[in-house]
Amino acid sequence: MSEWTEVGRIEDIPRLSARVVRAEAVDVAVFRTARDEIFALRDRCPHKSGPLSQGIVHGSRVTCPLHNLVLELTDGRAAPPDEGCTETYPVKTEDGKIWVLLPGS
Amino acid sequence: MDDPQSRFVNERVHANIQKDGSFSVVPRVWGGVVKPVELRAIADAAEKYRVPMVKFTGGQRLDLLGVRKEDLPRVWGDLNKAGLISGYAYGKALRTVKTCVGMEWCRFGVQDSTSLGIKLEKLTWGSWMPHKFKMAVSGCPRNCAEATIKDFGVVAVESGWELRVGGNGGVKIRPTDLLCKVKTDQEVIEYCCAFIQLYREEAYYLERTSTWIERVGLAYVKRWTVEDSENRRELARRFLESQRFAQKDPWAECAGDPEKSREFVPIKQLNRAGYSHV
Repeated sequence: MSEWTEVGRIEDIPRLSARVVRAEAVDVAVFRTARDEIFALRDRCPHKSGPLSQGIVHGSRVTCPLHNLVLELTDGRAAPPDEGCTETYPVKTEDGKIWVLLPGS
Repeated sequence: MDDPQSRFVNERVHANIQKDGSFSVVPRVWGGVVKPVELRAIADAAEKYRVPMVKFTGGQRLDLLGVRKEDLPRVWGDLNKAGLISGYAYGKALRTVKTCVGMEWCRFGVQDSTSLGIKLEKLTWGSWMPHKFKMAVSGCPRNCAEATIKDFGVVAVESGWELRVGGNGGVKIRPTDLLCKVKTDQEVIEYCCAFIQLYREEAYYLERTSTWIERVGLAYVKRWTVEDSENRRELARRFLESQRFAQKDPWAECAGDPEKSREFVPIKQLNRAGYSHV
């Protein structure tokens, strides 16, 4: 069962970076873009399982630190010509707090 | 002003990311010479943080492989206590200075290559470059430190030192070009600083010295670092001036600062095991 979970405050994540939420069954990378948009993706590149939370954020995309695959933060899809997709999780913010609909165990 | 988010993860967290998302940690080992107390600190850290592999690097250092990101600041703190600092093995920066044992031990050695290597490393560590930068000092022309495939290589001869530049032992092997011959350690230091500074000021980002020299020509490098002695001294002066601000151990800065080490731990921990799923 998925569950809305408060994971921290927006200012806990520096702009253009991500922090990790260690959920029951998966690691989730919570990103903050230059425009303060927040996205949550499974912290695992579809290519070779690289930790996306350690990548470089640009626009609404992240580049995987292992082999430079570029993924859309909005839907988790790899930018062409690469293929693949990682799970995304719904996010909401309230009073500066970030909530993520995390997958259950 | 340094923007950490513009840097690749390795330079942001002062360690090398590995294929499983863990990191490798390489302390600086000056000239490849290590004290028992330093070896003990490395061994203790390896056991304490359950480091899966400790391996010698090609540059005469020790690599702790498989360190978890959240352990990095504590590993650094422990290594710092034994006087070990970051080896910048992750950076577009001065990497290793490889040496042979030279005239202090070797029956063929004609100069003290170990001491000169340590001197060069103490002088140049912490300097950022367009790309990684490796050095070596060999105590005789047999060249056991393989100085002829380094960015700046020094090879001892009876009358002094041969200075060699632009070598590369990677994807495209390139032996060094001979820059010039000098007599004293002090001259080696001045030419080394000048060469680094010319490279830092003029090469493109991600351009190794080998490709830079092929682009601008050896004659150009010689003109500004050998023939024009005034320019050489000025380049060396600029390098040393910038070193006054660059030589700060990033491990010590981070290990002692809770604000800086916060980035290394999860923002939220929900599973009881406390392990990463990556």
